[in-house]
Amino acid sequence: MSTNNRPISPHLQVYKLPLTGIFSIIHRMTGVLLSVGLIFFVYILYAVAGGSNTYAAMQALMSLWLVQLIYWGFIYAFFFHLCHGVRHLIWDAGKSFNRDTLNRYAIIELGASLVLTLITLIFV
Amino acid sequence: MDYRSPLARVRGLGSAKAGTSHWWMLRVTSVALIPLSFWLITFLNLSLNAPYQKTIEWLASPLNTVCMVAWMLAVFYHAALGLQVVIEDYIAAEGIKIVAVWVVNLSFLMLALAALIAVFRTLLIG
Repeated sequence: MSTNNRPISPHLQVYKLPLTGIFSIIHRMTGVLLSVGLIFFVYILYAVAGGSNTYAAMQALMSLWLVQLIYWGFIYAFFFHLCHGVRHLIWDAGKSFNRDTLNRYAIIELGASLVLTLITLIFV
Repeated sequence: MDYRSPLARVRGLGSAKAGTSHWWMLRVTSVALIPLSFWLITFLNLSLNAPYQKTIEWLASPLNTVCMVAWMLAVFYHAALGLQVVIEDYIAAEGIKIVAVWVVNLSFLMLALAALIAVFRTLLIG
């Protein structure tokens, strides 16, 4: 049996995605992005482990506006992934599959991830 | 009359590997990461803004050390599991797929070790 021409997951190019579909692929993209971001996390950890000099150098680098922009992009990606992840857990429990709920939850996720990012920006 | 054995009939028709545990661990780590991410955000905020000594003291408190290490174990495992799903979905060629999954798993194992060692090094010399 040939396994080379099997269908693969729904492609972005061939489907007009519903809201849930768009959120689903963003969830994936943020997941991949955040995984790559773990490399930066390890860099920060090593700057801390290296002593006060490497620590100061890391802080100087992280305070550049472009790096700050990327950093807050990561924070938002993180909260989006978290909020949509919670919905995956609700789905895994077998709940909230009808269409109205799907779209309403999508809006709630979007709002919640923005609010969580703002809270982090202001209070943390 | 079908002379094929049950094994021959199902061979190539799907997976009988360890999919359930993979799926399950992705969920377990995701639930663990929800509360533990509070420590990540706090740590990032401190290390980007606070004086060196303050960050070290925060990290050295037992609760913070445990939660940071727990977050790290969960997150590197979660990332490796998640990336494996993405690879398996989008790469059809069996050989490349297997190698890519190996590379991802080993890379995140290395990153996890590096992160753990960084924390212990900080606590021992800081």
